[in-house]
Amino acid sequence: MSTIIIAFNNTDIAFNISPEPSMEAVPSSQLYYTVCLLSLHNHHNFLINQFHKRMISLRVPAPSSFNLQRLNSQALERRWRLGRDCFLSFSPSCVENRIGLGVRSTKSEMAPFTAAEEETLPEGLQPELMPKHVAVIMDGNGRWAKIQGLQPWDGHRAGVEALREIVELCGKWGIQVLTVFAFSTDNWIRPKIEIDFLLSLFERTLKSELETLAKNNVRISIIGDSSKLPKSLLEVINEVEEVTKNNTRLQLIVAVGYSGKYDVLQACRGIAQRVKDGEIDVEEIDEGLIEQELETNVTEFPYPDLLIRTSGELRVSNFLLWQLAYTELFFAQELWPDFGRNGFVEALMSFQQRQRRFGGRKS
Amino acid sequence: MGGEVRQLLEQIHRFSRRCLFRVLSMGPLPTHLAFIMDGNRRYAKKRGLEDGSGHKAGFSTLMSMLQYCYELGIKYVTIYAFSIDNFRRKPEEVQSLMDLMLEKIKSLLDKESIVHEYGIRVYFIGNLGLLNDQVRAAAEEVMKATAKNSRVVLLVCVAYNSTDEIVQAVKRSCVDKADRDTERIQLVDIEENMQMSVAPEPDILIRSSGETRLSNFLLWQTGNSQLFSLDALWPEIGLRHLVWAILNFQRSHSYLEKRKKQL
Repeated sequence: MSTIIIAFNNTDIAFNISPEPSMEAVPSSQLYYTVCLLSLHNHHNFLINQFHKRMISLRVPAPSSFNLQRLNSQALERRWRLGRDCFLSFSPSCVENRIGLGVRSTKSEMAPFTAAEEETLPEGLQPELMPKHVAVIMDGNGRWAKIQGLQPWDGHRAGVEALREIVELCGKWGIQVLTVFAFSTDNWIRPKIEIDFLLSLFERTLKSELETLAKNNVRISIIGDSSKLPKSLLEVINEVEEVTKNNTRLQLIVAVGYSGKYDVLQACRGIAQRVKDGEIDVEEIDEGLIEQELETNVTEFPYPDLLIRTSGELRVSNFLLWQLAYTELFFAQELWPDFGRNGFVEALMSFQQRQRRFGGRKS
Repeated sequence: MGGEVRQLLEQIHRFSRRCLFRVLSMGPLPTHLAFIMDGNRRYAKKRGLEDGSGHKAGFSTLMSMLQYCYELGIKYVTIYAFSIDNFRRKPEEVQSLMDLMLEKIKSLLDKESIVHEYGIRVYFIGNLGLLNDQVRAAAEEVMKATAKNSRVVLLVCVAYNSTDEIVQAVKRSCVDKADRDTERIQLVDIEENMQMSVAPEPDILIRSSGETRLSNFLLWQTGNSQLFSLDALWPEIGLRHLVWAILNFQRSHSYLEKRKKQL
């Protein structure tokens, strides 16, 4: 592991990462650093993003309180692990002493920090080639938790944090629709305790994120078979959809209890009913009609330009079906909680290099 | 003398292939393989040949791949020969493709063709009404002639789009259930009206030429298929690619079987 030297002034914390001697020969674009900070309170160890750059500045607003912890004074070099909902708070008086950093674990008291480079597109990505609609299969939470030695629900929680990051990036980079596969019709076979946790996590996340989403002009739509979902969740879903329905910056479509075949089936039923009612003739059934009846009609761009699946599985798993006819597929090796910004950039770069011909010829 | 050497080499190849396939069949084998044969024209351009020869080279690659698949014991092979979207190409190209298809479809009826060698039952899947009369007639003749074969199956998707297939199936379901309660329409009702219902779902879908997309091919059937995107252009595809795909399939198969058992 590379060494981390921490230096800070009043409000900036700069991590200066230098590679180990054995890694000096590797070009910097290929070096990965994992920066982690210990959560001294809840002992949860989460790995945050891997950074390409050596110098990361995190700007945090003026702290309201801090927790000082004396650390091993042998070395300034320290390896820290940071939970996604942990951040650094400190007082100016530590600066001289270089004693250490306290870590406080709480979600709501401070706004989450964002690195300065997020405001513009990263180098290499062209704004005119950004996909309008990105779909994501967030696979690998369970495996990630197992590798970390945690429970499956910790994996799902880490997954929510990863999703939050991607949603933020989509909003910043001009992607207009993001569809995520939260829960499939096939997932109903999982143990009840996991399903209950997942659904309640979903409910809690929706409730807690509602304000942030509304403030950031994000519209939420839920698609899928809602008949099996608990009533409390359905109420929250209705509320969230109602409150955000006029937002325009990013549409976040969450697929819960959804599968591609189910979607086509319910479209078929809807069409059959319209035929029965005499509204349309059987001969008039065409692709446009089915498109209208699919649940993805909640958006202007129902067809994803790019589908990303994490965890290395080379399958679509009946996520979307009809909508994927011409979608570019990207399979990422990382597990979902590790995917983050870098994985997303890699997927977008791959997408921008592809030539889409839709069955025709590039003249 | 040259002919004998060639024959000998061919025998050696066949023998070593048989050994290789015997090793492969120690593990699970896919029942159904699907191919998107992309990259013929790029191949011709790369080699500086004229346009049509890319497709001809692609056809001979197809014959080899079919041979390998059936020798290995894979029962169903589906190929994406011509998409409804491809009609949008230049009329000359479409016409030359149709001519090539007509020639090759007719050749399937020959006594020496691969159809007779392996006892292949051939299906032509797609909106055949969009084809010209000659091609359609030839296709129907081949389907009729091979209807009694049962060892292995070849499904040729021509004038095909997955969305079109689904539309046709939805239409038929609506007609079937016109007199009954529409809520009763189930997944099986749509599925049995799909043209591809004559085969199980593909275990593996292989696309050549490096593109990683489905291009409106078997959307309904590939929900759980393993998708492989190979960089090689279709005429460059060979035995090693098939073996690689099958080895990868075998690697993930045990994990998938465990999950299927949960279902």
